[in-house]
Order: sequence, then structure tokens, then C-alpha cells
Amino acid sequence: MTFRVHVRVVPRAGLLDPQGQAVEHALGALGFAGVRRVRVGRAIELDVAAASRDEAEAHARQMCDRLLANPVTEDYLVDVEED
Amino acid sequence: MQRVAVLRFPGSNRDVDALTAAQRAGSDAYFVWHRDTDLGGADVVVLPGGFSYGDYLRSGAIARFSPVMQAVQRHAAEGGGVIGICNGFQILCEAGLLPGALVRNARLSFVAKPVDLVVTRTDTVFTCAFEPGDRVRVPVAHGDGRFVADPHTLDRLAGEDCIVVRYLPADDGIEPNPNGSERDIAGICNPAGTVVGLMPHPENAIDPLQGAVGGRGFFKSLAAWPALAGRR
Repeated sequence: MTFRVHVRVVPRAGLLDPQGQAVEHALGALGFAGVRRVRVGRAIELDVAAASRDEAEAHARQMCDRLLANPVTEDYLVDVEED
Repeated sequence: MQRVAVLRFPGSNRDVDALTAAQRAGSDAYFVWHRDTDLGGADVVVLPGGFSYGDYLRSGAIARFSPVMQAVQRHAAEGGGVIGICNGFQILCEAGLLPGALVRNARLSFVAKPVDLVVTRTDTVFTCAFEPGDRVRVPVAHGDGRFVADPHTLDRLAGEDCIVVRYLPADDGIEPNPNGSERDIAGICNPAGTVVGLMPHPENAIDPLQGAVGGRGFFKSLAAWPALAGRR
């Protein structure tokens, strides 16, 4: 089976995220009041062939641990959907 | 004569500068392509600056899986010298040869200018020709140069004397920390001082034509390092 995997990588909470700050600032300047804690990360989408949803998620987490995210500075979220 | 392998990744751009600086300081320096798996009998390996693999994903994240990096890991494990400059420092952190990570500069902009450094450890492969407290002015050129690590790691780096060069605090006439690095860290090493990574570019300050010669001491160190016998 093929699964569509959505990976979201974001700067770890507590780590200064100047990109998030800049975006937060810009949103405020545009008049969007009450916006806080903006974090800018990246989204990665991939098709993964696996026998089950759990296996696809496990593979995706290994990919995150080894390459897609930096364990020192980033957290990640994995969502799996059947293709 | 010191055998110095300068690695070339797709996107390296200070490779010729590093080679030239090493040669002028008296080393027998040569290039090694990132697909090679043999370091050619190197005493010291230099990972030069640039934008390996376009800095895609994260700076250094993809280069660390280049075939040559397995040889670098073995070389480092055997006590051989390894030096990462700028993008090379980022690759060494991604590869786990040095702790921490280099992330986007605190003020977001790419910085390319001279900075003032103080040399804080002087028995490493890249600083053994300095005296503790020596100050040098060399350029930086990076967008992702802010060194970060968890507080425990930062304390360990300081406690084990693994901070090799620091930026200086802002003061009259001083070019200070340009990127917001934790504890003004510009470069670190492993406890043995055999693996060194730094963000500034000493290879771009070795000739008056470049506007400064503050980087010469680093390459003098590199050339002299094996003379510190018993290390290897």
C-alpha cells in the first residue's frame, strides 16, 4: 500500500526563531491583532510504500530522526493518510 | 610535510582558498572529491566553506551523507585532525562529530564582514600556534551561523575547554558577535582538540590583498600540528 505522509518540522519551543518573530511583526503591522508565538518551519510531503499505516509512520519517523529534522534544534509532527 | 586533504562537495566555494592558505603555510594540500572514500593519507582533513548541496533542507544536512564522510568519521575516530570552516562546521555538527547546531542568524540577514575573535584554546589542530587570549580579525560570511546547543551541552563545552574561538562583546572599535551565537561561540572542538569547527573564514585573511592577515595563525597551526607528538 502507498501512504501519503505529511511531515511538519518546526523550531524547538524556547529556541529563538527570528523568522517567526519577523512574520509575527509583519502580521501585527498589517493589523492582525492578537497573533502570538509564530514559528516558521517547513512542510515535507512524501509517498511511502508500507504494509500498514503504522509501518509508514514508523518509517517516516526514522527519516525525521536521521535526515528531515535536526534533533538539536527542531521538533517534528508526522501525519499519515491512505493514498 | 603535513598532508592536508581539502574536501570538495557540490557547492563548496572556499575550497581553493583553503587549499591555497594551507599550501602557503607550508602544508602539502590537495583536493578530495566528496564521492571518494580514500583521504589519500591525510594527516588533517579540511571541510571548506560554501553551500554544499545548495544548503537544501538544512545547511550541511545532506553533505554529511556523502561517501567521503565515512572516511572522515574513521579518520576522526583514529585521532586524525579534522577542521570544518563555515559550511564545514555545519557539516561536522550535522554529522555528530561536534555537538550543537548552526541556525539562522539572529537578525536574519546574511553577514559578510570582518569580526574580532579571541583565541581561547591553543592546543588544537587549528590554534596551536596561538597564545591564549590572542585576538585576530578575520571575515565571516554566513546566513546560518548562530551556534546553539542545550544548556547542558553549553556548560560541558565550557567545562571541558572545548570553546576554541569566541566573538568579542561590542566595544569601541570591535566587530562583535555578528549572529547571536550562544555564549559568543565562534568555534568549538572535541575534548582532544583534534576536531575543530568554526564559522569565520581565516583562509580569507592570509594575504594583504585580502585586506587582512589575521587568519595566518590558523594555517600555521595546521602545518605545525603533528609536531605535537604523542597525539596520534
